[in-house]
Amino acid sequence: MELTIFIIVAVLSVVSALGVIFNKNVVYSALFLLVNFLTIAVFYLMLNAQFLGMVQILVYAGAIVVLILFVVMLLGEQLGEDISSWVTPANGVIIVLALILLTIIGTAVTDYPTTGAKGDFTPELIQEYGQAEMIGVTLFTDYLLSVQLAGVLLLVGIVGVIWLARNDEQLPATGDVPTKEA
Amino acid sequence: MIGAVPLSYYLLLSAILFTIGAGGVLIRRNAIIILMCVEMMMNAVNLTFVAFSSYLDSATGQIFVFMVMVVAAVEVAVGLALLVELNRHKEAVNIDEFNSLKG
Repeated sequence: MELTIFIIVAVLSVVSALGVIFNKNVVYSALFLLVNFLTIAVFYLMLNAQFLGMVQILVYAGAIVVLILFVVMLLGEQLGEDISSWVTPANGVIIVLALILLTIIGTAVTDYPTTGAKGDFTPELIQEYGQAEMIGVTLFTDYLLSVQLAGVLLLVGIVGVIWLARNDEQLPATGDVPTKEA
Repeated sequence: MIGAVPLSYYLLLSAILFTIGAGGVLIRRNAIIILMCVEMMMNAVNLTFVAFSSYLDSATGQIFVFMVMVVAAVEVAVGLALLVELNRHKEAVNIDEFNSLKG
């Protein structure tokens, strides 16, 4: 039963990923990307990571896709691309290289069984304490430094975006040094 | 509940998604599509992290996913701002048009 759901959602995920690439209209690409993110959220739910599934929907589907759609709408009409320009020798080489990459990764993940020491993040403990609480405790004790670095990274991102989005037309043109009236 | 789907299925699926994203970055010339493909590759890696986290009963993988999400959010915000600025400067989103550092 679970395997059936996995296969259905996996096919949907791969089809929507291909739909992002092989689509002429950028708005449709963004909507296919939304479907892809939602299928990933379903996988998180199937993997017993419910909190992360909700975060995935909020952050990716809720924020990032909306941001991309905003920019697509803002840039408007010049986004179309001619499909016939895709069939080039270079793109053929790229597809062959991608298939080689897939073969290598696929061999690596299927031929070598992955094992490791089990941690203490077991379903029973999650049942007892709640997932958000356990992740939060780990996040703010063992990984406190990375949380702070992530905060700094977000601050740098905010400052950078604000600097990029400033309006040049209200500033004096560069090179035009204002001189004092004699 | 976990045991029904083998771990290697999840790994294989994220390998396929990562490859599609990597191919998309190389094939498409539209900067917005390239950003979307980078997001898809990050999601594929996140799926691997969560699969390992779930099968090995460890919270570390999920913490890494949070960090990747922070990086993805910052990356898409800065990338789209750069894109809008470039579009204001030179009426294009095709990355082949942007071949000069000296505006």
